Amino acid sequence: MGGDRRSFLSFIIGGAAGTALSPLPWKLTDDSSIWTQRWPWTPIPANGEIRYVKSTCLLCPGGCGIRVKKVDERVIKIEGLPEHPVNDGGICPLGAAAAQLLYAPTRVRTPMKKVDGRWRRIGWAAALDEVGAALGQLRDSGQSHTVAAICGTDRGTVAELFKRFLTVFGSPNFIRMPSIQDNYELALYLTQGVRAMPGFDLAKSDLVLSFGSGVIEGWMSPGYMFRSKSELTDNGGRFVQIESRLSKTAAKADSWVPINPGTEGALALGIAHVLLKNGSYFRDAGYDEGFQSLRQSLEADFGPERVAELTGVDASLIAKLAQQFATAKRPLAICGRGGQEGTPGAAREFLAVHFLNALAGSINRSGGIWAVPEPEYIDWPEPEMDAAASTGMQVSRLDGAGTERYPQARYLMNRLAASINDSQNAPVQLLFVSGANPVYSLTDSEALKKAFEKIPLVVSFSSFMDETAQAADLILPNHMALERYEDVPAAAGFPKPILGLARPAVAPQYNTRHVGDVVIELAKRQGGPVADAFAWDSYETCLAETLSGQWADLLEAGYAVEADFAPLPFETASGRFEFSNRDISALPAYSSPAAEGDASSFPLVLIPYSSMRLPAGYIGAPPFLVKATEDTILKGNDVLVEMNPETAAGMKVADGKPALLETPRGEARVRIRYDNGIMPGVVALPRGLGHTAYDRFLADKGVNVNRLMASAEDPGTGFDAAWGIRAKISRI
Amino acid sequence: MSTDEKGNNAAESDISPDHHPAPDGDGKLKGGDGAGGAITLFFILGLVASLVVGWVVFPKLLYSQKKQPVDFSHALHNDLVDDGCQSCHFFREDGTYSGVPKLAQCIDCHEDVNGEDPEEEKFVTEYVAKDREVPWLIYSRQPDCVFFSHAAHVISGQMDCVTCHGHIGESTSLKVYEENRITGYSRDIWGKNIAGIKRNSWDRMKMDDCADCHRENNVNQNSVQTRRGGCFVCHH
Repeated sequence: MGGDRRSFLSFIIGGAAGTALSPLPWKLTDDSSIWTQRWPWTPIPANGEIRYVKSTCLLCPGGCGIRVKKVDERVIKIEGLPEHPVNDGGICPLGAAAAQLLYAPTRVRTPMKKVDGRWRRIGWAAALDEVGAALGQLRDSGQSHTVAAICGTDRGTVAELFKRFLTVFGSPNFIRMPSIQDNYELALYLTQGVRAMPGFDLAKSDLVLSFGSGVIEGWMSPGYMFRSKSELTDNGGRFVQIESRLSKTAAKADSWVPINPGTEGALALGIAHVLLKNGSYFRDAGYDEGFQSLRQSLEADFGPERVAELTGVDASLIAKLAQQFATAKRPLAICGRGGQEGTPGAAREFLAVHFLNALAGSINRSGGIWAVPEPEYIDWPEPEMDAAASTGMQVSRLDGAGTERYPQARYLMNRLAASINDSQNAPVQLLFVSGANPVYSLTDSEALKKAFEKIPLVVSFSSFMDETAQAADLILPNHMALERYEDVPAAAGFPKPILGLARPAVAPQYNTRHVGDVVIELAKRQGGPVADAFAWDSYETCLAETLSGQWADLLEAGYAVEADFAPLPFETASGRFEFSNRDISALPAYSSPAAEGDASSFPLVLIPYSSMRLPAGYIGAPPFLVKATEDTILKGNDVLVEMNPETAAGMKVADGKPALLETPRGEARVRIRYDNGIMPGVVALPRGLGHTAYDRFLADKGVNVNRLMASAEDPGTGFDAAWGIRAKISRI
Repeated sequence: MSTDEKGNNAAESDISPDHHPAPDGDGKLKGGDGAGGAITLFFILGLVASLVVGWVVFPKLLYSQKKQPVDFSHALHNDLVDDGCQSCHFFREDGTYSGVPKLAQCIDCHEDVNGEDPEEEKFVTEYVAKDREVPWLIYSRQPDCVFFSHAAHVISGQMDCVTCHGHIGESTSLKVYEENRITGYSRDIWGKNIAGIKRNSWDRMKMDDCADCHRENNVNQNSVQTRRGGCFVCHH
């Protein structure tokens, strides 16, 4: 045995010596060190040719120029386009993260049909057959007006194709998603007589009074506004943020004026009152009699004491703000709460703020607000209307926009759900939804979800499996923004007409089709005058023909800007700015809209807020943005509700602890976050969370604040003027 | 056989002294006397076995053998082009190096089958016709943590392709790709010689080989970006 052991040891020692003299240990050491640098889950990007594609971002109405960086045929990065007039190389977090949307697991990869509540893949031919047959049947039975379309915008060739289709088909029901643009456009129309878009020469102003606008939180064009706000500061201009919570914009302002939520319009009128009383306004304009009626109503109802009581802003501070506004050389007043996804708001509020600009002479002037004409490059021949089309077009719109009741509104998306739910039958038989996610992003989203159930065929064109696509019956997926051509007819809030061209950076990744092509195809299938109105072979030929004069330049530069443009002059009956006229007087006088709910059972007020990291419109936040969302907004899967510690006193809730948030419309589990930057009695939730659709990176995180909100109709216009809702919080 | 038995017997006879070692060292001496040959033998056995394992078996186990998806004759193609290696392995306009050609470069000549080689037919039917890129196995792929610029070496440094890649341009077929099962990289990086001995400059592409050449040629030993030495010239 001893010999065995000794021999064995000897064998081992020999083996060890031999091993040491062989390359094995040294090679293994080297290999294992390389192995530790090559975990299978660590992605190694493929090498290839680096190329850039100039394009325009389609993810929001901002109209920023982008350059898409690719390695071979893979998009790896999105950058702002240097020297672009809107964003000059800057980019917002959503734009920068767009590659994740292109390759997202939530992309709809092929046409889908819901069968017994489950999604089945179907081919394009079958999907188009189905929609075509449904359309044909409705038209033949004189029901053409029961077809409706909801789009994210009403400008540009895609929206125009939808409008044209509905018109020749015989339906007046083209609906644009609501936004603060509704009220800005109305304010320009009522006071200046022009159909125009607002442009803000913010950078050149020397004092900006912002009535709750999230200038660095997605208001108007984020790319343009980031830049303008920095330039304003660099030029020595001052920025005053009037808002009930210390938002990012308020934090970056020169001063912050906390105000009772919903009373911003009253403060604007209070400031106007002081300006008029002191005679410190722009007198050269030669205002008409409307001016006198404004003076009278301000004197009667908006004295500093009353405004102070309404708004919670000291009368002395109101006087000081008015004095600063009067002495500034190029003051500018802006409004529209939060970012892009805010509700349109109350028309009187916008008028009040716009009056300040008029009184300061800041309209159509350097550093002021400009009336930018609506784009007119789409000049298609008038379509031939047959009897069915004409009859259908005479039926009034389902949402009531433009009717005697709501003469000033062009679109009232917020009224659609009620008009469907209140009806005995199904007033909408077929609904198209393109570039919008109303089931998620509309206030009182539950009502719309219910309305969808009453529509026999809802067709979504979404590239993503979002809430609206999920609630639809059929999805005809559009190419994602980086895969398609599209014109970008304007940049929200940019003070010059600019036309951008989005172009494909990569070939479509999946079995998708351009929504423009689908509309053209559906029209052609209808035959007769409907088909005749769509003479184009494809969307691309339609776009190239429409832009024929500029096509080559657009391909080269990516955009065309009218640099030496002059803002639209006043086209009112008087030829002047009108503080009052027949249409304005028809609107009810200003009153701060109340939040829904009974103050005794709901002692608090809940307001939504915007964050650059949480887009809340058609596009949901890609994973990069959810990751980058600070833990003061989202902790784990819980959203934090901002609350002043003073509010919490005696409520048995504690910082960081879970709580139940209830409003008259619903309840949700949240966590409390004490924050001295929010007014006592007010609590706030971010927009953009609480998705039920999309993927595991976004779904089931936090609460969709729209689900807890109620729509509050502005009695004058019909627009949704909701800015908050009453709420209560209790310990779980 | 007989020596084995002898050894075993000797070992058995030594059992007690070994278990109870004598303080005077007698037992050791006695045991050494009887078992020395056996111990030496086993030592040699162990030595030989492990040398065989280390030098012969280990390399065979370490590398898997993979065939390229399509065979290719560099020699044949080199005769047909004007600009040598750079005809296909070219620099792009921005100075980056294109590496292994893509279909786009082959398609001009190989849209249809030209010759009678079954490999060419495979290439055309399986890849060109289906618009699929050939998943070539790349002998000289370095780990991702290494920054290597062909432009710096070939254009600025005026180096030949042969210096690092050898005479692959004269080969008539593609050799078997040996993939290291642990690291996933090609055997060509460590070199064919398992001991790591090289005769030619292209035999190995390990870090030390880069470093030797950089030292010999007095290449900047500091990284331009970080102004720090050594590692950061290539690693980042």
